[in-house]
Amino acid sequence: MSTIIYVPNDSAAISIGADQVAARIAQEAVKRSLDVTIIRNGTRGALWLETLVEVVTPQGRVAYGPVQPEDVSSLFDADFLNAGAHPLALGATDDIEWFKEQDRVTYKRVGIIDPLSLKDYESHGGLIGLRKAVTLSGAEIVSEVTASGLRGRGGAGFPAGIKWKTVLDAQADQKYVCCNADEGDSGTFADRILIEADPFTLIEGMAIAAVAVGATQGFVYLRSEYPTAIKRLRDAIEIAQSAGVLGSSILGSKHVFNLEVRVGAGSYVCGEETAMLESLEGKRGVIRSKPPLPAIAGLFGKPTIINNVLTLASVPAIIADGAAAYAARGTGRSLGTQVFQLAGNIARGGIIETAFGITLETLVNTFGGGTLSGKPIRAIQIGGPLGAYFNTSHLGVSMDYESLAAAGGMLGHGGVVLFDDSVDLAQQAKFAMEFCALESCGKCTPCRLGSTRGAETIEKIISGVDVPANKLLLLDLCEVMTDGSLCAMGGLTPLPVKSAMNNFPEDFTGGAKK
Amino acid sequence: MSHPSWSIEEATRVLTPLKNVQGPVLIALQAVQERFGYVHEEAVTLIAETFNVSRADVHGVLTYYHDLRTSPAPTRCIQICVAEACQSVGSRELVAAVEKKLGKKIDETYADVEIKSAYCFGNCALGPAAMVDGELVGRASVEKVTA
Repeated sequence: MSTIIYVPNDSAAISIGADQVAARIAQEAVKRSLDVTIIRNGTRGALWLETLVEVVTPQGRVAYGPVQPEDVSSLFDADFLNAGAHPLALGATDDIEWFKEQDRVTYKRVGIIDPLSLKDYESHGGLIGLRKAVTLSGAEIVSEVTASGLRGRGGAGFPAGIKWKTVLDAQADQKYVCCNADEGDSGTFADRILIEADPFTLIEGMAIAAVAVGATQGFVYLRSEYPTAIKRLRDAIEIAQSAGVLGSSILGSKHVFNLEVRVGAGSYVCGEETAMLESLEGKRGVIRSKPPLPAIAGLFGKPTIINNVLTLASVPAIIADGAAAYAARGTGRSLGTQVFQLAGNIARGGIIETAFGITLETLVNTFGGGTLSGKPIRAIQIGGPLGAYFNTSHLGVSMDYESLAAAGGMLGHGGVVLFDDSVDLAQQAKFAMEFCALESCGKCTPCRLGSTRGAETIEKIISGVDVPANKLLLLDLCEVMTDGSLCAMGGLTPLPVKSAMNNFPEDFTGGAKK
Repeated sequence: MSHPSWSIEEATRVLTPLKNVQGPVLIALQAVQERFGYVHEEAVTLIAETFNVSRADVHGVLTYYHDLRTSPAPTRCIQICVAEACQSVGSRELVAAVEKKLGKKIDETYADVEIKSAYCFGNCALGPAAMVDGELVGRASVEKVTA
């Protein structure tokens, strides 16, 4: 009987040798005349354990990791095909504390299944939501999504149901569903992992959105920096087309939905929804003034649902299990689960899906294990390049939209980046301004010019030139950018800058340091 | 990564299947670059004529996006992520070391090897991240990216 071995084909796992591990296992099995079947699953999200090799045994899946190619022969020597003891043995995968303490809802199939097996997908609860959705009216689907409390996971946190209702109520000959997969925030990779590990969940979520509002065409705007995700999603769409999940009759119903992947071209601001629309139309990624809202006049001027990957991928479970089950998780107005991403200088980085309301301390210490370098944590940036830098006095903060806003930050796309005590927050603040200068679309003055002036002013502070006056000037500039920019690029760049100044004043003293 | 040299005939063949694409300019430029490794100046006029848009529109898109380039692709491209998560694990130092080893400056144009700054490959838990000729490298080091 052939033993099944799982080796991830996630691009992060491949980046540290998963392909070589898989190849070595195949070679070694041939050499030893052992019958093995290697399945390339997505990552389970514990990137610190990659390459995580799992063997299917009568007792379930058992894990070994992190496996280097040169470990493979000793794994065979230790009889890992029968769960043999080995220094890299982790026991039953589901019993690993790091996974057990999570609440996987949107990510329930991630790392479990073969990403491109529709059969695997269905046998793990896939398509139940869409099958149900095609029997419901648009209004019924929208009210279910509204009742779930699902908010936009891209960063803005706008209630998905309200957006969908606007598109549902709009009258037009054509409507669109667009998925924003331009996951440009440093420290975030949840969209990429979902697309690589369980692409049918995104496809199903988009199909449900299309059925709900009567859209017949969808686009996924996926960044060029994610070549593996692009290929995998295109393959999955093709499989879904030929299986009748997409196309002229969704699951045999009267609903039509076609889906296309369009690839970005290295512009960060194209993650802003109106710049994304411009880019999808093949133009420069310059943001649009709002109103009109994209829900009324979006892609090619037509009513358009725009949601992030995680928002759309949360929908199948909401429709399948009911809004109440989803809304039972979380806290306050932050309902359901959030897929947090632990990144940067972190010992145990990866994906933590859990209900809102977990503390930052639990995330970075209990799950994350502190810094990779072993030095003390000094700063934590939450929510990407436009998110705030916190110090360790904020470790008690509850990770939800409202609590983070009250603490002077934002959740963003759920990225948490750790820095050890070697970080210089004045340099980080300067980088925030430089990044804005590089990526500004140029439409509005506070962002286009303010970012360059901001970087120059911080450089003066670093060099000790007229420090008190330049700090005041910088704060004034931040106010202009916050209040005067058209979109979040210029509007939120002051957040990392001001939080760095507030939480790490000792780094802004200009030479007369600490 | 070798590419054929620029030819209008080949570019026309690349663009023909895109005739019915809605909003075609960016996709057309990407297709030309994928084929030839860069966007030759004659491609601007060709795309404008093929899709009935102005040359200014095509030029505007070409010069907006970081991915699009107007000089031939180098034989080797080392992209290093210089965004926050990779900074926290030493990407600034990595860039300096790679520049020193190869004797080249980041973000300058060379015919053989280019070092480019990049902003996030989504490999933020295994940084520093780099991409060498399209292959993602985790826990990048000077040795790994210049191997």
